[in-house]
Amino acid sequence: MSETATVVRVRGLAKNYGPAEVLRGLDLDVHKGETLAVLGPNGAGKTTTVEILEGHRRRTGGEVEVLGTDPGRAGRAWRARIGIVAQHASDLLDMTVAETVRHFAGYYPDPRDTDDVIAAVGLTAQRKQRIGRLSGGQRRRVDVALGIIGRPELLFLDEPTTGFDPEARQQFWQLVRGLAAEGTTILLTTHYLDEAEALADRVAVIADGRVRAIGTTAELRATAGDEADVAWRDGCERTAHPTALIARLAKEYDGEVPALSVTRPSLEDVYLTMIGSKETTS
Amino acid sequence: MNLPGTLRIGLSRGRFEMLEFFRDKGAVIFTFSFPALLMLMLGGIYDEPIGEGVRLSQVFAASIAASAVVSTSFVNLGGRIATDRDDGTLKRLRGTPMPVAAYFVGKTIQVFWISLAELVLMLGLATALYDLRLPTSIVQWGRMAGFFLLGVTCWSLLGIAASRLSRSAKTAAVATLVPYTLLGFVSGVYIVPSGLPPVMEQIGALFPLKWLAQGFRSALLPDSMAAYEAAGTWETGRTVLVLGLWTVAGLVLCLTTFRWNDERTR
Repeated sequence: MSETATVVRVRGLAKNYGPAEVLRGLDLDVHKGETLAVLGPNGAGKTTTVEILEGHRRRTGGEVEVLGTDPGRAGRAWRARIGIVAQHASDLLDMTVAETVRHFAGYYPDPRDTDDVIAAVGLTAQRKQRIGRLSGGQRRRVDVALGIIGRPELLFLDEPTTGFDPEARQQFWQLVRGLAAEGTTILLTTHYLDEAEALADRVAVIADGRVRAIGTTAELRATAGDEADVAWRDGCERTAHPTALIARLAKEYDGEVPALSVTRPSLEDVYLTMIGSKETTS
Repeated sequence: MNLPGTLRIGLSRGRFEMLEFFRDKGAVIFTFSFPALLMLMLGGIYDEPIGEGVRLSQVFAASIAASAVVSTSFVNLGGRIATDRDDGTLKRLRGTPMPVAAYFVGKTIQVFWISLAELVLMLGLATALYDLRLPTSIVQWGRMAGFFLLGVTCWSLLGIAASRLSRSAKTAAVATLVPYTLLGFVSGVYIVPSGLPPVMEQIGALFPLKWLAQGFRSALLPDSMAAYEAAGTWETGRTVLVLGLWTVAGLVLCLTTFRWNDERTR
């Protein structure tokens, strides 16, 4: 991968809050045009990492480059090239969708068309409504509209679908896929596996302030190796050679093994093992 | 690609903030009615004549008009900025190419127009109810305009600094309303200046509310009323000096303490 194709480059990132080490040597690359999901449990350091990349927080140590610039020293021109959808915003409640999006468009050198953006996030019918009267999911769409109005090269989405109902999530995913298809590089944090699987080209699992694994969901699943759980009426066994076990069982039962099932670990099992909340092997 | 200019964004923020303010009905009602009610209360209680053709209610009206401007600058701005920090406004803006200066241009526009509206309302009430005369000479109009602008500038900067003292929007109300109310007593706003115990008067003289109220009285009352001031004159030069010093102090406090977010919290 050449340097120009790396949009985010992080090496040995460290962050302490007083005596607490939240990030301890985190490495991460985000390639141009990809959607990377940062997955991890609460308190793993996802939001801290993202806020350092956005220039919102100082780091304690390590190297960070976002769009070729250190976010700790970046200026207006750099901010015009990124878009941020942060958590927990409750501002702008008295303003309408259209007023707000039009106002924010004025901050950028080459904004997208206001009406196009409102249509893209599916709020055309609500464009004259005050943001305070929208549902939670609709408000999040306003956040996204403000995040993309400046035509960002890199978009940060921090736990964007927390609290969504299933339908709103599906619609939101559709919106994110559309942005990715237009070539926007997206860095998404989430603690939903299905969201990472649905949207991301690659997934980085963060736990305890470090990246534990990074790759496509298929690659992550492969790290579990060949082990599978074989279960039947009278027992169950985890084995790297399930076929041999079943052959043995077939002999024992002289034919059909009662209530036989073979289960490969799900991505969730792999993930839970990685973040250490399930029988760790290391 | 050229970034939009600071002034252009600042003016756009000013419009946006004005709209936001006037749509927040609770804030509008509180901001405009609290000083008006105070004026009605005090003017109704103390209405006896003092000096030549001047009634006590007119003295109170001039002083309360000054404190009303402090409420639209200091109290309003201190609370708004703390709210902006609390509800994610500052964080959102920090993630855009909006320059910091444009945020303050917007706030300046909002505070200036709301303070002017407040002043017009207070003077309107006082002329209608207590026969307060609007300034009668160029000198008095000059004092009115000068002290208004100086007062708004000084108290806005102090409001920005005060927004930093509080961790949240809820406590910001305390950080601004408590000093505002206490100063109202020791600065001769709620009590006739000559009726204050000397210690309280001296405490009041350290802070800019007393001087703003005195400045407003010099613009709105006949010059003969200067005899009722603590010093026996309007002390225009000293008033400008004290307000000016507090303005510089406020500016220094703002530049050294203002933060976009609170690094202490996660």
